Amino acid sequence: MSILIQTKNLSKIYKEIGDDETIALDKTDLEIKEGEFVAIIGPSGSGKSTLMQILGCLDRPTSGEYYFEGKEITKYTDDEIAKIRGEKMGFVFQAFNLLPRLSVLENVKLPLIYSDTSDHKINEISKEMIDLVGLSDRLNFKASNLSGGQKQRVAIARALVRSPKIIFADEPTGNLDSKSGAIILEFLQNLHRQKGNTIIIVTHEMYVAQSAERIIHIKDGKIDKDEKVQNRRLISKDGFIK
Amino acid sequence: MRLKDTFKMSIIGLSTHKSRSFLTILGIVIGIASIMLVMSIGQSAQQLIVGQIQSLGPNNVFVLPGREAGFSAATLFLDSLKQKDYEDLQNKNNVPDAVDVIPFVSGAATISYENEVQTKKVAGTTEKALKGFNLEMQEGDFFSSTDVDFKSQIVVLGGKVKEKLFGESTAVGQKVKIKEKNYKVIGVLKNKGSSAVSMDENIILPYTTAQQYITGTKHFTQFVMVASSQETLQNMIKDTKIVLRNNHNIDNPDKDDFSVRTLEELASTIGTVTTILTILLTSVAAISLVVGGIGIMNIMLVSVTERTREIGLRKAIGATNKNILMQFLTEAVLLTITGGIIGIILGTLLSFIASYAVTAFAGLNFPFAFSYQGAFWGVFVSSAIGFIFGIFPARQASKKSPMEALRYE
Repeated sequence: MSILIQTKNLSKIYKEIGDDETIALDKTDLEIKEGEFVAIIGPSGSGKSTLMQILGCLDRPTSGEYYFEGKEITKYTDDEIAKIRGEKMGFVFQAFNLLPRLSVLENVKLPLIYSDTSDHKINEISKEMIDLVGLSDRLNFKASNLSGGQKQRVAIARALVRSPKIIFADEPTGNLDSKSGAIILEFLQNLHRQKGNTIIIVTHEMYVAQSAERIIHIKDGKIDKDEKVQNRRLISKDGFIK
Repeated sequence: MRLKDTFKMSIIGLSTHKSRSFLTILGIVIGIASIMLVMSIGQSAQQLIVGQIQSLGPNNVFVLPGREAGFSAATLFLDSLKQKDYEDLQNKNNVPDAVDVIPFVSGAATISYENEVQTKKVAGTTEKALKGFNLEMQEGDFFSSTDVDFKSQIVVLGGKVKEKLFGESTAVGQKVKIKEKNYKVIGVLKNKGSSAVSMDENIILPYTTAQQYITGTKHFTQFVMVASSQETLQNMIKDTKIVLRNNHNIDNPDKDDFSVRTLEELASTIGTVTTILTILLTSVAAISLVVGGIGIMNIMLVSVTERTREIGLRKAIGATNKNILMQFLTEAVLLTITGGIIGIILGTLLSFIASYAVTAFAGLNFPFAFSYQGAFWGVFVSSAIGFIFGIFPARQASKKSPMEALRYE
């Protein structure tokens, strides 16, 4: 398996009022191979979200190098970065971030609108993905009328429409009850198994992290521990107990 | 990303806050409506004036006495047009292109019939005025060239004069008194209403009679020269000037004691006035557009802040800075163009009502005119305002970092 993500001395420093600085990420070296299912875990304020944001090109590091598919992208322009985000990356957020006044279908279509896909193709792919997350009967529902679990499934469908190489999930179960959370994790696991997408899931809860294959522990902006999961929790088999 | 999708998004964006969007564009609506109204009414006024001037006959030229003479300016040498001038201008050898020369002697006089007394304008002229000014008889006849030659003591009354003196009863055949002398009424003119050639309020009689008994002078207040065609108009003017300068012993055109006015000059003088008024009123309306534009910028900035999360999400899923810029800019321009179109409709409606009211209540022939120019500028200016005042908020939106945007609560 080739290396998808590689960082060298990656740092992120937030300047605060006065001369105070907060080091959110401190000279981090990291490698993630294509097809891996990785959980980044750590207490709040540990820098795990900052790491995910930089890896997901939502933010830029203060210093260090970031190689995505072997290319150093920290110096890329906003437009080039936007292109990578759109084509190679999918995002699932804790707060779902659907556009409430749009329908399920319109929300899922959104990433494709920023691509050169034809109308016909946009509809076809979007419906296929909605079918995959089991919401075909909710196609024209307004996003605001869905339950939390349904919203997150729409978000997953939206993350998948451009067939990204990698999916970033930032606390995807954080706003959900355990049953809905289980369904979401099961989706991610099935996706990983069946389609081979690389998945990075950020969480502060061990039972979520254990659904991944590898866990990176972050503490005070540094990688504290990087381990393979011994007894991987397969939702389809073990169920999901909070 | 295609234009169609940008449009769709902008419409969804705007329709989310319908009442806010409407209030935002109110300034633009009012501004564009006023511009439409002013331009439309200005155009109607212009048409009214041009129409009246046209009714004077496009081949007519006015010869007026006096230096620096205008239709209104105070002047010297007001008695410069004499009988000899009149005769020489009529001579085909002198002015071959003149079909007719209609002389005028004007003044005011008190006219009475039984106990009714009125002070009215008096116009002394010849039988040619009837045809030359498209006058029509209500009853009786106009006077003839013989009446002019013999200084007949007869009058033709304007329709309004007749109504005031005689009411409903017949005027023709009756005697009226002007300056202690009796005149026989031989005809009454049809009322023409407000127009440049209205003689409704005039007493018309042979100029010879007017000179002898009413003004007591030997000069004319005006000659109306009718050219055979538009093409010969300039030649006729040239010949007329030669005759008059010759008669008055003038070598230097600057020393002319008369002036020759064409309708075109008259029209352009009046046209300038309406144009200046239109520009003035339009600039006042333009101020409301600037105020409206600032309102739009304000609301767009609020909207950008409110939708920070949406912007972040769009960026996260692949929107470029330009995509975001275009979305917000399209919203602003769509908003102002909508305002502009509503303004054009409103302004047109108002000017239609205005022209209807003027026609109905002032008795003027004030035609409704749709100002294509106004409509064009309305659309152009409103979209320009959307662009100018939308670009700053749209840039603010496009510059947001996706992470900061997503973090925003």
